[in-house]
Amino acid sequence: MSGTYAYYPGCSGLGTSVEYDLSTRAICRELGIELVDIPDWSCCGSTPAHTVDHTLSCALSARNIFQAESLDVDGIITPCPSCLTNLKTASHRMQNDAFKARVERLLDGPVENRLPIMSVLQVLFETIGPAAIAEKVTEPLTGLRLAPYYGCIMNRPPEIMDFDDCENPVAMDELMTALGADVAPFPLKVECCGASFGVARKDMVMKLSGRLLDLAEDVSAHAMVTACPLCQMNLDLRQKQINSAHKAKHRMPVFYYTQLIGKALGMGEESLMLDKLIVPPSVAFRKMDEVRRSAS
Amino acid sequence: MKIGVFVCHCGSNIAGTVDVATVAAEAQKMPDVAFASDTMYACSEPGQEGIIEAIKEHGLDGVVVASCTPRMHEPTFRKAVERAGLNRYMFEMANIREHVSWIGKDTEANTRKAIDLVSMAAAKLSRNKSLTPKKFDINKRVMIIGGGVAGIQAALDCADGGLEVVLVEKTSSIGGKMSKLDKTFPTIDCSSCILGPKMVDISQHPNITLYASTEVIGVTGYVGNFTVDLNRKTSYVDWEACTGCGLCMEKCPSKKTHDTFNEGVGTTTAINIPFPQAIPKKASINADSCIKLTKGKCGVCEKICPTQAIRFEQTDETVVESVGAVVVATGYDLFDYTRYGEYGGGRYTDVITSLQYERLLSASGPTGGHIKRPSDGKEPQNIVFIQCVGSRDKSVGRPYCSGFCCMYTAKQAILTKDHLPESQSYVFYMDIRAPGKQYDEFTRRAMEEYETKYVRGRVSMIYPKGDRYVVRGADTLMGSAVEIEADLVVLAVGAEAAQGAPQLAEKLRISYDSFGFYMESHPKLRPVETNTAGVYLAGACQGPKDIPSSVGQGSAAAAKVLSLFSKDQLESDPQISEVDIKRCIGCGKCIETCPFGAIEEIDFRGQPKANVIETICQGCGICTSTCPQGAIQLQHFTDNQILAEVNALCQQSMQQNYE
Repeated sequence: MSGTYAYYPGCSGLGTSVEYDLSTRAICRELGIELVDIPDWSCCGSTPAHTVDHTLSCALSARNIFQAESLDVDGIITPCPSCLTNLKTASHRMQNDAFKARVERLLDGPVENRLPIMSVLQVLFETIGPAAIAEKVTEPLTGLRLAPYYGCIMNRPPEIMDFDDCENPVAMDELMTALGADVAPFPLKVECCGASFGVARKDMVMKLSGRLLDLAEDVSAHAMVTACPLCQMNLDLRQKQINSAHKAKHRMPVFYYTQLIGKALGMGEESLMLDKLIVPPSVAFRKMDEVRRSAS
Repeated sequence: MKIGVFVCHCGSNIAGTVDVATVAAEAQKMPDVAFASDTMYACSEPGQEGIIEAIKEHGLDGVVVASCTPRMHEPTFRKAVERAGLNRYMFEMANIREHVSWIGKDTEANTRKAIDLVSMAAAKLSRNKSLTPKKFDINKRVMIIGGGVAGIQAALDCADGGLEVVLVEKTSSIGGKMSKLDKTFPTIDCSSCILGPKMVDISQHPNITLYASTEVIGVTGYVGNFTVDLNRKTSYVDWEACTGCGLCMEKCPSKKTHDTFNEGVGTTTAINIPFPQAIPKKASINADSCIKLTKGKCGVCEKICPTQAIRFEQTDETVVESVGAVVVATGYDLFDYTRYGEYGGGRYTDVITSLQYERLLSASGPTGGHIKRPSDGKEPQNIVFIQCVGSRDKSVGRPYCSGFCCMYTAKQAILTKDHLPESQSYVFYMDIRAPGKQYDEFTRRAMEEYETKYVRGRVSMIYPKGDRYVVRGADTLMGSAVEIEADLVVLAVGAEAAQGAPQLAEKLRISYDSFGFYMESHPKLRPVETNTAGVYLAGACQGPKDIPSSVGQGSAAAAKVLSLFSKDQLESDPQISEVDIKRCIGCGKCIETCPFGAIEEIDFRGQPKANVIETICQGCGICTSTCPQGAIQLQHFTDNQILAEVNALCQQSMQQNYE
């Protein structure tokens, strides 16, 4: 085994990004990472909580850390960057004893705050590593040209997230390269997609996510690959809205990186749920096949 | 012993929070004190005259002045007591300004502390001895380290003043950063046209010895008598024979060598003369890219050289020079902008530094003065300049303003319009800092006559889109985000201390700040002196400076050297260690601990004893605390003098001090 981790799926993992959760679990199983669901976990508060009250917001994540401390694990991991930010921020803020005391008054007991908190991406990249994953690839993604898109909070703020380069992260690039894919130089890797403004200011998401799709097209990507449920949703679910807002004709599949790892490791639809994607992945795979044919 | 005590008000600087009259009254009661009074400004002429009169009237043997730091006025008062006929070491200073009034607001506590400090000074003074400095000859040669415009100016001024000058330059030519510039602000003078003649003067001046490709290895000695070890780096060319004809550069097959002079824009040959006006105009071989030196074959230059000057077997050479003073003019280096990931961190070919752009503008540069993008050689239409890259940014550890970037950016924007009239320049700035003569007018011209668009705000991101770059930033005057599609982005990189500056400072025993810039002796009143006698500063090694300021400092440092050398002898500081030969057991511990090698072992009637070499001892006192016998004593700071201070302090009423 390559470690046992307390797993925090996050609320979207049960709904809009169920394919992210499912593929994450499948590849972790395959790569020898044992995931133990945090018992009775609760919502991290997402974006709304910390706009209202830092103590209450941190208490939501501190409760999940507290729940995880009852397990015999090497750390806490989550696929969702937003959940990750909340967990890491809570842990960071609780290094201040006075703040920790305020948070603990809202919980059932003291938080040890000792478990390292990481993204699934960080564990795959640092603990398993691209080389070990490359060895397990049975169906390489040769010919598939990808635009890697990390989203704005996977690596920022750098003092708290403490992973990869905050302006030019490379973890997903290297993992995709290990699968045989052709990773395009995508300069807007850490650009904002508009996030939850999709509800309140749809025009803003149209503009910001539209720019990402434009650039992915510019660098001749067949598909985008992402690590964030909200980014994926804005780019994939709203792609049609973006097209009509900008008179564009994007047909750009947007994968979770875990789905592509699973595919390269030879997993089937039951583990990957590629049919959940709105823009059909076949668009990208057809282009991949064309590249392979013209190369051979 | 009769001691006089003078307590200074320093206007309200001291009197504002110290009851000076009480301090004087208490001083009157101290042992040996025959006279005490307070005085408005002890350092003023009436203040000094008052001290002199009191010495004469009361027959005083020594004087305590309670005022500011001895670094400020100790020499002033020593001269005053000397004028009254006392030995200058029969004087002590109690610092009741920096150590008392400026740091505490409680008048009662301040007054108590001031009394303590005065009693310590009086107690020490009562054990002081007259000391007499010795005189020694000075070597009237001066070494200038660094051949940029500041060093060139200092060298020429010293040489014209009749001094023998040794000019040491690290690279293969003098000229420094200025020689890389196309034009200079605010007059748009051609940089090499105004610097070139000065460089030629250096090579032709009979009083100047120039060592290019040479670095300082070590410095020993003291003011008037320094010995400097120099390393002359091998150029693999006999410079006596080389005529600078440049034939070797034409024939060298290794044409992809990094061109340091051109800041990596374009390439040069492995054997090269950095630029046409180089002084000395001699070829050197870059050992990293020379085919003969890396792979053992080739040697084309050796075959082609008309004077047979190539020496592949040449090695570094050590030279020792003796000088009486040193001027440090080592300049600055540029901030490494690749630390800014948001500007591409060095990944984008058409995002370049201001100095690289300067080489593109220069007629002697790699593009012959045509502005071409490094990536595809196309003429840019939109050029974006970003200021404060590595200046005024705490997040990269550079909180200071580099001072000249606003001006050179305005200059580059003006020159861009001259070269490419159809182009449009944009400047992202934080504030425009143009406080020199004709400077603000110049930046206005860039905006008004040359239609440069100035955008007040920072750039958050640069990314390539097609074959252009999107520059995204804030316009803080409009309160909006802006995006500009640029063909070329020029980063106004800030100045930082020259590489190796701290190491050189340690060799010279001068101080440097946390950024590596050398510390002047006083920020206002001693701007080109260091705290090491005989070592002076000129130019940007002390802090970022433009050309006029650097030249001004070069001349100022030269003036300081000339005035130092106007005497034939200097007085040595008598505050050095002295061995009591009767107590010395010859254990040699002091010899081991002395950082200056100032103590030698001598044979005294068949017994080993320590002996202090007066001209080398710096008076640090390490030996005195090492000596197990108390046999070696630092004059003016003997154990007895220091213990007298401790006793004076500890005899104060316990109740008074610890209530």
